[in-house]
Amino acid sequence: MLKTFPIGGIHPPGNKLSADKAIERFALPETVVIPLSQHIGAPAVACVAKGDKVLAGQLIAKADGFVSSNIHSSVSGTVKAVDTYVNAQGLRRPAITITVEGDEWVEGVDLSDELIEECNLEPKEIIAKVAEAGIVGMGGATFPAHVKLSVPPGCKAECLIINGVECEPFLTADHRLMLEKGAEMLIGARIIAKALGVNKTYVGVENNKPDAIAHLKKLAAKYNGEVEIVPLKVQYPQGGEKQLIAAVTGRQVPSKGLPIAVGAVVQNAGTAFAVYEAVQKNKPLVERVITVTGKALSEPKNLLVRIGTPMQSLLEYCGIDSVEGTLKIVGGGPMMGRSMCNPEESMMKGSSGLLVLTEPETKRGEEAECIRCGKCVEACPMGLEPYLMGRVSKIKNFEMAEQHYIYDCIECGCCTYSCPAYLPLLDWLKLGKAEVMKIMRARTSK
Amino acid sequence: MKNKLIVSLAPHLHNPNNTTAKMMFNVVIALMPALIVSSMIYGWRVLFVSLFSVACCLLFEWFIKKYMLGGKPTLCDGSAVVTGLLLAFNLPLNIPLWMVAVGALVAIGVAKMTFGGLGKNPFNPALVGRVFLLVAFPVAMTTFPEVTGAVAGGTTDALSGATPLAMMKMAAKGDVPMTEVLSRLEMQSLFMGIKSGSMGEISAIALLLGFAWLLYKRVIKWHIPVVVLGTMFVIGGVAHLLAPESFIQPLYHILTGGAILGAVYMATDYVTSPMTVKGSVIYAIGIGAITMAIRMKGAYPEGMSFAILIMNSFVPLIDKYILPKRFGAVKEAKK
Repeated sequence: MLKTFPIGGIHPPGNKLSADKAIERFALPETVVIPLSQHIGAPAVACVAKGDKVLAGQLIAKADGFVSSNIHSSVSGTVKAVDTYVNAQGLRRPAITITVEGDEWVEGVDLSDELIEECNLEPKEIIAKVAEAGIVGMGGATFPAHVKLSVPPGCKAECLIINGVECEPFLTADHRLMLEKGAEMLIGARIIAKALGVNKTYVGVENNKPDAIAHLKKLAAKYNGEVEIVPLKVQYPQGGEKQLIAAVTGRQVPSKGLPIAVGAVVQNAGTAFAVYEAVQKNKPLVERVITVTGKALSEPKNLLVRIGTPMQSLLEYCGIDSVEGTLKIVGGGPMMGRSMCNPEESMMKGSSGLLVLTEPETKRGEEAECIRCGKCVEACPMGLEPYLMGRVSKIKNFEMAEQHYIYDCIECGCCTYSCPAYLPLLDWLKLGKAEVMKIMRARTSK
Repeated sequence: MKNKLIVSLAPHLHNPNNTTAKMMFNVVIALMPALIVSSMIYGWRVLFVSLFSVACCLLFEWFIKKYMLGGKPTLCDGSAVVTGLLLAFNLPLNIPLWMVAVGALVAIGVAKMTFGGLGKNPFNPALVGRVFLLVAFPVAMTTFPEVTGAVAGGTTDALSGATPLAMMKMAAKGDVPMTEVLSRLEMQSLFMGIKSGSMGEISAIALLLGFAWLLYKRVIKWHIPVVVLGTMFVIGGVAHLLAPESFIQPLYHILTGGAILGAVYMATDYVTSPMTVKGSVIYAIGIGAITMAIRMKGAYPEGMSFAILIMNSFVPLIDKYILPKRFGAVKEAKK
């Protein structure tokens, strides 16, 4: 029996259209627009001005405080503007625009393919390098990696879990990365483990990627059991941090608690690769792999793209111009990604996928009455009652929503996916959760 | 890019198998084997009464929605079809059609639409209709045609055949010796459906075939039917061991009357059953226990309908106190 998480979960069709497509390097665009808030926490503060010449890998915006992240130029060229741009949701956000003039890198960055195994740095030095390179959680949550690596006093990390689950349908970026850069990723994982002071590293991979599991197992053999590849039963949302920890270690992160409470630290496979590049090659996080996919696209692909490249150009490269009709463009996967109203959005550190869905694929059915079938309760991986909390959130009874633990909701969308009455349960839950969190914060700050 | 874009919150996909209409349609499919077997044994009137009952239910729902409740029409969700079929399945063959219409009116009008329609009714509509008819017209509701011999269409003329349950009741009361009851009940024919009873409940195998379909299509979970029948088996078994001269072997209880029909198709009604597995098990134990209490000690030979309706009334309470198992639940510190 393969391991998986204990409660709920669903099985949406995998639709991994681009699983066999090798990662392609995407051409440099003419201009890049690099947003200053690509992470959770305070936006970075620009440290270049209009007219400055910058090199690829050069720091252009500094982290503002501990929970924030450095941002580097992904190209060499001239800073055209330090102002705002319109993001995927149509909101104005601060960004640095750079006219691309070439691909010259700052000194000290090793761009060769040579594998560097040894790392003699102290944990503190590793964390400093990770922070300097501007690495964030690359699975989509974009939490600054150095914060997660700094174990708070009084807690002890016991194991590192590398998240290679990629449970979102359609996405294959991590799958390809593990296949093509598996050795680098495992070295990155070893470096993270060293920074945390743990001996045991698990790599959780769902069983729908047997090639990646076999490849990583071969590579992990030399680490004398300190790196264990854990095949997992295919089940969404296994890539959720709490679900993955439960699947791999059997421990449940307590309600309102952090993973470190059960001694676990989770990092995405892409993050581990970025850590390798930052620590061993001095290369900051300025590019990443993204899956551009959708059944309507003629050429779904996995692309290695510089941060700041307009997503529109990726879609055009994969053949969106021949697609007719009304579409939904999703940044991320189909279950948790955000739909875009502006495809001119920039490529960011957390962009793991770009999904094109046609209207029939994604159209919501007409909302009907709840028939109390219990499918949402069955599907909820947190063991909540979505039908009830949806209803109380809709009528703004936030007190009752809190009593029923709405703050535990991980917003995975299993309830809405399963609802036969097409109720937008997660829409209501998100509203209720945001309000309840506000109320709870206000209470503790009193 | 010239395409228009849709913008909405995640998730952007929906399970295509989960729609109210599809799930109701699968229940209708699951009821087909029983309908076919019943028609083969009792003749064409089974089909006619079933269709009449469905038509009445659809008509009443349409009328009430259109002229009294307002809002979007709800006929397409298929729930009225299921109610109509289940109501017909719970009636004896020779019931007058006007009584069927009255039953449908009570089921749809009183038990369902009064509360606001599908999803809001506290009691199973088809059962409310049946129980109303049973109380209002006890003679018509308990006069069953005798079924004799092999599978045949022409054996329905003779009236007032005692149902197996009525015979078992007589044995429990001591009116008829158990040996005689046993000689008239044959396990195999009970299973296949050669016995007297309501239209839909006579063939255990046909009903179980439908159960398998519902499980395969993931419309229902196995817990409620299995626990209801299991509870009946255990209680019946204990009673049989203690007093074999009064109480028949427990398997007869499961194969007779509305046990399987009720456990698989009525007790599992989404609207009137608990949301969680744990709650469902409690609810199912209650149904099994009450059914057996009525069958062995009550005035009626059959207690399934009453048991389900009684447990329906406990569902809000069960849902309030039996919560799903939470991920990472921590014991709340006492304030």
